[in-house]
Amino acid sequence: MKKWSTERILTVGTVVVVFVVWFLVTAIGNVSETIIPSPASVWESFVDVAKDGYKGHTLLQHLATSLQRLVIAYLLVVVTAVPLGLLSGYNSKIRAILEPIVEFYRPLPPLAYYTILVLWMGIDEGSKLALLYLAGFAPVYISCVAGVIRIKEDYINGAKTLGANKWQIFFYVIFPAALTDVFTGLRTALGVEYTTLVAAEMVAATAGMGWLVLDASNYLRSDIVFMGVIIMGITGILLDRIIRFVEGKVIHWKGRS
Amino acid sequence: MSDTWKEKLYEPSDELISVENVNFKGQESRVEGEELISINNVDLSYTGNTGPIKALENINFNIFPGEFICVLGPSGCGKSTLLKILAGFIQPTAGSVKLDGEEIKGTDWHRGVVFQNPPLYEWFSVRTNVAFGPKMRGVPKEEYEKLTEEYLEKVNLSEFADKKIYELSGGMKQRVSIARALINNPEILLMDEPFGALDALTRESVQDLTRKIWWETGKTIFFITHDVEEALLLASRVIVLSRHPGKVIEDIQVNFSRQIIEEGATDIKFSPEFYKYREQLLRLINSQ
Repeated sequence: MKKWSTERILTVGTVVVVFVVWFLVTAIGNVSETIIPSPASVWESFVDVAKDGYKGHTLLQHLATSLQRLVIAYLLVVVTAVPLGLLSGYNSKIRAILEPIVEFYRPLPPLAYYTILVLWMGIDEGSKLALLYLAGFAPVYISCVAGVIRIKEDYINGAKTLGANKWQIFFYVIFPAALTDVFTGLRTALGVEYTTLVAAEMVAATAGMGWLVLDASNYLRSDIVFMGVIIMGITGILLDRIIRFVEGKVIHWKGRS
Repeated sequence: MSDTWKEKLYEPSDELISVENVNFKGQESRVEGEELISINNVDLSYTGNTGPIKALENINFNIFPGEFICVLGPSGCGKSTLLKILAGFIQPTAGSVKLDGEEIKGTDWHRGVVFQNPPLYEWFSVRTNVAFGPKMRGVPKEEYEKLTEEYLEKVNLSEFADKKIYELSGGMKQRVSIARALINNPEILLMDEPFGALDALTRESVQDLTRKIWWETGKTIFFITHDVEEALLLASRVIVLSRHPGKVIEDIQVNFSRQIIEEGATDIKFSPEFYKYREQLLRLINSQ
């Protein structure tokens, strides 16, 4: 087995300490189960929900429902925000059209415009996907613009002196040169979409991890809330790992030039 | 290609031995109307914080086919600006620059550029970087693949063709950059302090390579440097610019580069003549 680095030990140590403190507080301290459920009861509710489901859906179904929403919205972001962001960085006129819109809605709390989305698109999947999509669009768009603007002029001038036309420069120079920033945006977007997930599942949902947590909290089932939050946290880390893995494969030159 | 251009380059070289009255001998020795590039009354100003700043003033000279011109000058004299004008990255404020009688309006592949920090594309291999120009210009695949091997060979990088850019040393990167520019067969190769960031040994070897390529291909080269020795070891003609605003204050022909190639005079930089030229040019630049 590979020897663990100090950093690795520290990371694992932190997790262990959090669990131990959690265990000790609930075991020794006289804390109500509603405020801090014990690790044991959270585990029990996990086994319970995994086996019998929660309000008509199994745990996997809840998770799958959320992930499906997340992934669809995310793919929509990838195929729209990346090209629009890169084009906006490349062409100041396109940027002049799109930037004010993105700049305006980006700082708004998602809940503020969710009502409008629901009015427009109904209480079903449409408005949920739209909310997640909008949440993910802004960070990807902004980092794509920044990525293109940051490209050294010589890269583009060099391509021109070698005979490349505008579109060739875009595909063979701008796009790959901005990829590092594109991926930073994609990772941020995933995080933002995740944080928006609970909000998106507040209205007229019957399944999903966000809905599960909200519903359980209505009944003060802290054990289920804790379980839901932990599962969301772990899947979040896993999804980020996947993006980082893809990034490493695509940008093989990263950090080496 | 006939070798007459090589003869023509050095016609007046006998008179050059007297360094005391070197000036503007270059142009008279060339046939009027045969110039590749003519630079006429070029001025360049840009807007600074305290009003317009003049970077170049009244630049006038012609570049003849096959010349290896080194432009020397103190830093901030606008020598890179002049190269940018020739490349078409910027337009002069006044005056004109013509290539084969036609005004240079923008950037195109007829003028290849080698930058100080080679902007090679890390996402491509060495080979794809070299092939970039002809590929973009729509040269048939078979043809550009053949050309690529040929030019990789020219810069001694054949065995590194499949390497990634980050695996190369600084000197190798600059060689890729040279091959990448040359493969388009541009009318002139513009080099902007290309070896400034290299260590002394690497520098010497890429200088040798550049000289060899110049001599073998007959390519016209316009080379910016702040290193007097480098200029004398490479150039067939040295142009000196003054500081703020850049003006041509010296324009001489030299033949050390030819001597190195034709006579293998590798120790020429220790000769009294070389020393004299070097001192003269250094004094001129330092008096700015």
